Amino acid sequence: MKPAKKKKKTNWKHWLPFYLMGLPGFIYLFINNYMPLMGLQIAFKDFKYNLGIWKSPWVGLKNFEFLFATGDAAIMIRNTLLYNIVWIVLGIVVGVGAAILLNEVYNAKLKKFYQTVILMPYLMSMVVIAYLVFAYLSPTNGLVNGILEALGKSPIEFYAETKYWPFILTFVNQWKNIGFGMILYLSTIVGIDKSLYEAAQLDGASKWKQHRFITIPLIKPTIIMLFIMNVGQIFRSDFGLFYQVPMNQGALYNVTQTIDTYVYRALLQRNDIAMSSAASFIQSIVGFIFIVTANQIIKKYDEKSSLF
Amino acid sequence: MVSKDQKRWSLAANIIMMICSVAAILPFLLLIIASFTDDKTAILNGYSYFPEKWSFGAYEYLLQDIGKYARAYGMTILVTAIGTVVSIIITSMLAYMLSKRKLPGVKILNFLVIFTMLFNGGLVPTYMIYTRVFHVKNTIWGLLLPNLLMSAFMIMLVRNYYEHSIPEELYESARIDGAGEFYIFFKIVQPLSKPILATVGLMTGIAYWNDWQNGLYYLTKDQSAHLYTIQNILNEINTNIAFLASTNVGGFNTADLPTTTARMAIAVIGILPILVLYPFFQKYFAKGLVMGAVKG
Repeated sequence: MKPAKKKKKTNWKHWLPFYLMGLPGFIYLFINNYMPLMGLQIAFKDFKYNLGIWKSPWVGLKNFEFLFATGDAAIMIRNTLLYNIVWIVLGIVVGVGAAILLNEVYNAKLKKFYQTVILMPYLMSMVVIAYLVFAYLSPTNGLVNGILEALGKSPIEFYAETKYWPFILTFVNQWKNIGFGMILYLSTIVGIDKSLYEAAQLDGASKWKQHRFITIPLIKPTIIMLFIMNVGQIFRSDFGLFYQVPMNQGALYNVTQTIDTYVYRALLQRNDIAMSSAASFIQSIVGFIFIVTANQIIKKYDEKSSLF
Repeated sequence: MVSKDQKRWSLAANIIMMICSVAAILPFLLLIIASFTDDKTAILNGYSYFPEKWSFGAYEYLLQDIGKYARAYGMTILVTAIGTVVSIIITSMLAYMLSKRKLPGVKILNFLVIFTMLFNGGLVPTYMIYTRVFHVKNTIWGLLLPNLLMSAFMIMLVRNYYEHSIPEELYESARIDGAGEFYIFFKIVQPLSKPILATVGLMTGIAYWNDWQNGLYYLTKDQSAHLYTIQNILNEINTNIAFLASTNVGGFNTADLPTTTARMAIAVIGILPILVLYPFFQKYFAKGLVMGAVKG
């Protein structure tokens, strides 16, 4: 049997301009994303400056053995995971709560004002935020210690004591990101059919019950989607937050060291290519596994929202 | 009719939102007030919302070294402008190509873009490639190229826009008129895509304006302080303060460190353009965030 349709010859001349348009972008992706993937091999090499990335000798898993022989690996992985887990959960609760409340503000001008102001911290750089935090917590000039002194209490050396930092970092993280979560969930809430609420009201349902049984169930897909996406990023941390805000203080590393800060310090402050490349490699691979798994779960749940 | 329950919710919502708004503003207010505080007062009493003595001293201090700060400001503007413009051009061209669903090989090309979202080489290989293969260390390329120029998320956003918001008939009539593909893209498609291009430009522009990490990785103080942006200067001051705090020994030249209030003044001029322009671009910024997070 003959094929029903003769394959049309590809008109390369017609398509050429499109390939040309994509070329600069692909060159950038090659340099910025694909070449580093080839460079991942450094983790299995004894990197020598004179030999470079490609010619340095292979050492198998030596770098990883060194890394796990120190206690650093356990601390940074623990911190990265714990902060992420707490912040993912907290981010959902705070974000959904703020979105529901903002939706209850009926004055359009006030609503816009709240949204604008609460989102503002989100577009500031972490360096600037470190200055803001320092203005409050500085041992010598900080506002908090100023108040403590005025009350006759002894000042707190915030940048030397670890016990405060899980709370400080959590607060700063929420303070910076609450606006983002809020507008995200709000964009779903405003899409909910108003007649559902009207019907519930006629039935005498309280506001609390309306949110419990209408709002939350209807934004659940968005919540789950963002949850899975965040879990996919669980091996990554906000480098700026953990590096800048605690002012890079060694005394605090026990509670502020994450994989990202460790990799940076090992690479550029200690010049320890072996350790940093091993930690960086683990982050990439485990991160990849988490993201692909998260994506497969999303795909099962909602085909259209998956990445691939 | 508005029920009592509804009124109570509305009141509670207003109170809580107002508290959140105040909490969002207060730190910035302290920063600004600190920059207008008399330096001796700040050293003696610490930063405060109600300083005993106000002063322009911090800004006068910066004026003495105007060359350094003006230069850094210029660098911030230059890097932001070049980065944003180039980013818009290469992102949109690539997205346009990917929006052509009949293009031979488009599926593979699409995957090559998406794959960069999944698998990230991480800092060490990226740093090695940029410094050892491309030698961007201590050049302006170190500020411009790594990570910020293009993101797969933005490409997908723009591609979706081209696919869904540009009518197919437009292309046909343009081609009948004999227009070339580049002409169609730049003269017909792009003007119709201003909203999405503005969103991409805004997000990229803010990322460049705020960036200090590339400076941290790719510039060293002794060799390229002249390339520092405002954010890099702020980072440098932070590093010095941290160094002072962790070593109690002398020998550190405190003259390198701007005064207690001048630091705050530098931070203020660093965020001023964003604070001033923010109310105007707020709408697009919020839209861009939502689009980026909830794809499509």
